Amino acid sequence: MPRELQEVVFVDGVRTPFGKAGEKGMYAQTRADDLVIKCIRELLRRHPELPKERVEEVAIAATTQIGDQGLTLGRLAALLSGLPKSTPGYSVDRMCAGAMTAVTNVASAIGVGAIDVAVAGGVEHMGRHPMGEGIDPNPRIVAERVVDESALVMGKTAENLHDRFPQLTKARSDAFAVASQRKLAAAYEAGKVQPDLVPVATRHVEKGWGLAAADEPPRPGTTLEELGALKTPFRPHGNVTAGNAAGLNDGATACILASESAAAELGLPVRMRMTSYAFVGVEPEVMGIGPVPATEKALAKAGLTIGDIGLFELNEAFAVQVLAFLDHFGIADDDERVNPWGGAIATGHPLASSGVRLMTQLARHFEDHPEVRYGLTAMCIGIGMGGAVIWENPHHADHGTEGARA
Amino acid sequence: MSTTTEAPRMPAEVVTHAPAQDVTLPGGAGVLALVTLDNGHDHTRPSTFGPASVAALQATLDTLRARAEAGEIQAVAVTGKPFVFAVGADLSGVPYVTDRSQALEIARAGHAAFATLADLPVPTFAFVNGAAMGGGVELALSADFRTVSGGVGAFALPEAFLGLVPGWGGCWLLPRLVGPEAALKVIIENPLSQNRMLKAREVVELGIGDVLLQPADFLEDSLRWAAAVLTGAVTPERRPVGDDADAWDAACDRARTVVLARTGGRSPGPLRAVELVRAARTAGRAEAFAAEDEALGDLIMGDELRAGLYAFDLVQKRAKRPAGAPDKALARPVTKVGVVGAGLMASQLALLFARRLGVPVVMTDLDEQRVAKGVGYVHQEVDTLLAKRRVSPDKASFLKRLVTGSTSKEGFADADLVIEAVFEEMSVKQQVFAEVEAVVAPEAVLLTNTSSLSITEMASGLAHPERVVGFHFFNPVAVMPLLEIIPGEHTDEASLATAFATGRALGKTCIRVTDSASFVVNRLLGRFMGEYSRIVDAGTPVEVADRAVAGMAPMPPFVLVGLVGPAIALHNSETLVRAFGDRFYLSPTLARIVAAGKRGYYLTDERGRPVPDPEVEALREQPAEPVALSDQEVRVRVLDAIADEVGRMLAEGVVEAPMDIDLAMITGAGFSFWNGGIIPLLDREGASERVLGRRLLPHGVASVAR
Repeated sequence: MPRELQEVVFVDGVRTPFGKAGEKGMYAQTRADDLVIKCIRELLRRHPELPKERVEEVAIAATTQIGDQGLTLGRLAALLSGLPKSTPGYSVDRMCAGAMTAVTNVASAIGVGAIDVAVAGGVEHMGRHPMGEGIDPNPRIVAERVVDESALVMGKTAENLHDRFPQLTKARSDAFAVASQRKLAAAYEAGKVQPDLVPVATRHVEKGWGLAAADEPPRPGTTLEELGALKTPFRPHGNVTAGNAAGLNDGATACILASESAAAELGLPVRMRMTSYAFVGVEPEVMGIGPVPATEKALAKAGLTIGDIGLFELNEAFAVQVLAFLDHFGIADDDERVNPWGGAIATGHPLASSGVRLMTQLARHFEDHPEVRYGLTAMCIGIGMGGAVIWENPHHADHGTEGARA
Repeated sequence: MSTTTEAPRMPAEVVTHAPAQDVTLPGGAGVLALVTLDNGHDHTRPSTFGPASVAALQATLDTLRARAEAGEIQAVAVTGKPFVFAVGADLSGVPYVTDRSQALEIARAGHAAFATLADLPVPTFAFVNGAAMGGGVELALSADFRTVSGGVGAFALPEAFLGLVPGWGGCWLLPRLVGPEAALKVIIENPLSQNRMLKAREVVELGIGDVLLQPADFLEDSLRWAAAVLTGAVTPERRPVGDDADAWDAACDRARTVVLARTGGRSPGPLRAVELVRAARTAGRAEAFAAEDEALGDLIMGDELRAGLYAFDLVQKRAKRPAGAPDKALARPVTKVGVVGAGLMASQLALLFARRLGVPVVMTDLDEQRVAKGVGYVHQEVDTLLAKRRVSPDKASFLKRLVTGSTSKEGFADADLVIEAVFEEMSVKQQVFAEVEAVVAPEAVLLTNTSSLSITEMASGLAHPERVVGFHFFNPVAVMPLLEIIPGEHTDEASLATAFATGRALGKTCIRVTDSASFVVNRLLGRFMGEYSRIVDAGTPVEVADRAVAGMAPMPPFVLVGLVGPAIALHNSETLVRAFGDRFYLSPTLARIVAAGKRGYYLTDERGRPVPDPEVEALREQPAEPVALSDQEVRVRVLDAIADEVGRMLAEGVVEAPMDIDLAMITGAGFSFWNGGIIPLLDREGASERVLGRRLLPHGVASVAR
């Protein structure tokens, strides 16, 4: 039987407001699984046209899959969200690109026709589950020098990137970070971010219940002077600071993906169409460079060039790592096509959840920019990888024609 | 008995705090101050309102009133910690209230705090996220609007069950919200029907809750709903409540009839609650709250409530830690059960063991026909459970496969526990145990379901008498909570521990009783029924006698005989007379009823109510010189007889403490909370003083300390 491939569309995406990890953070006493469940429930609430039994997969990413992020989270989150028992689910781990991988996994299943509608997302409660909780690295990593020791400490890999690309100075990183904060503040001011935030009731034994309705990490009004005064925790007199990197955060995301035909049948909105994706490994000690080969591969798969990309949502694990990408492709540090609402340096980066935030925002940018046909979501990944997904704008005049696709 | 001679000190209050956080509502609806009731413990210690908790809530609400007046907040909502809204007043301090003014203060402080919520100058909401009882419900009623989580499994005003009234506004707020009929269902009928609770859906259907929301994002949805109410996007619909005096009074009269039927008029709390609801039609709030204060003042200073709290404590706490039970760690696992006999009792036991323990149960009897009938009974009962959706098809299949039958006892070889339920005859039971012992492992526990025979004697011929334990169930075994556990003279700790662990696994309230005739419940009930029958047989009319004992047992004595079966009642009397002599009584009337094959003293009408049976009337004793006592004289005679028997049982050490007798009478015979079972009543009415020359429980234990 000849296999008929299906087009995959991004229907809708949401996220919780992101919190600061730790005892003082707004989610300190709120469960991780509850965060992602609120996202799935919000998607179902927004789309009454989607019969629950039509959701055929729930893929949820978490980097640290223990405690309230364990127990086959995707399946349990489906059950706890009120999806029928017939809806299966699973957990995904590709460190920072967990949710992105959840999306590409279910997209692939849709693509080959195994399913038609799926939920993909991610959660990371870094307060409850600090990076590296319970890990047991194989001693061969050190004994055989399989990877450089610095590869397991993300901040050190960012310092390593400064070494490899000396033109990426701390000054450029700090300037990029200030811009990220400024752009997010402007987006909040314009009411761009709020519509896709799911308010979350926050539990606290002493303070009582509260409601998280906005991100906790942003520091609007951050200045270069302030950033210049910050410590460089990963290396004396180094370059990477808490100000030009994403913080340690709690949060969750989720989105609905569907086959184009199922979306048409059910009347689901089509916010983006998936064009191609790629994950590529790089040297773990410079993991931040990962998005470069991943993007090149995804572009090649799609028969596109970087010039075809009109909007970029790049995860800002570290400013230097985004700058390495921009330099490679000859894009200016302050190019307005890049992260129009700022990025993870301002919003926060709850590891495995971030991929879907990029996609949700790109979908909003597409609505605002019908002149743009293709957009890119990309991110670097711990232990030396990069991930990239190219999306097509359904609001573009040429949408649906073969165009540049190979 | 040292535990009862000295009043323990008042426990420290577990304080429910009431912190508030501001929440910006969606849709520009403004700022809502969200108050959380949280005592800092998990759901196993639900939030309650003691004096410090009420003060904490008052302080929070005072602050919010100032903020609302200053325009800083546009709404206030109250919710609870996960799974619990609030379960009402902390009653643990009530036994230490010795002065009516203290009782009034408890009432007034709660009223004041809840009224502060009701009087806030901004709209108020209760987000009922979990269990809500008593004062928790009344706090919710004090808000303008209520959301209810679908996860709420218990919503109730259980005060009448304990002998109180909902006294923090419930008797005024609820009837005015939903009308007297629905209010009295919650305030009277449910509490007096085994303390029934409402589920979330019913709370909304009755009109108490405005909207039912799913638990997964209940708080977020509640805030969304509150915002919609504030902006006018949603207008909660309220059913109009009529104030027609006749209809209102008729509802109250009906509730009063229910109270009298259930309590014999002996529990003042529920009657007081009905009258408060009656007054709510016309009373203003201040007047109504003052009346509730007075009611609480009277009731808290009344011995019926103290006895009710004592009884509640027995079934909640003492029942969970049986007095005299060996260390749980000594119990051996039970992975297979044998049941000797396949009659009705044996079949009921087989089903109970299979359902509760989930292990194979082998029934044996003399011939294939009896075995098939017994196993068939169990399978049929399982099918009934399946039809009522009490078990799933898989569970039904599992249960049926668990219960098998045989004419041989070989199947007991790998059983850890064998219970016999054969004819109540010493030689028969001894013979059965000898046969069982030939098959089972040396450590297998042998249980005898006897109501009166000596355990020691039954075990005497065995190689291993240390493994025999008495297990006295009450009919119907699936329903009645009590299990009397009786060690014989040689019973070892491990066997007894296994018996207690099994009883607990069966879901029973276990009480350790010494090896004595008829144990606790049958002995005391026998003395009670015997004295009652003696009085009636001597010429006192049944109506007078029934009036005299109203409110003690769940039904009049002769109605109870119909339920137990006249033959069994007679057999019990015979056993008791044989063991203890003439202070027990063999009623010639009862003997004739049994001989005539009647099923009781009464017939039942089409609604199941007892009506006189002319044939039985003809069998009654006709004394040559009838002695008709007054109801007060009857009451004294009966209570004195019971006090005498209780005194003897305690002297003989039948149970460890008087509390065990009360726990047994409450859970095994349905004796009343407001009498604390029976002993607080004996003390209250002077029977123990008259007969024994002393109180059985010190003042303050189940009565007002004085």
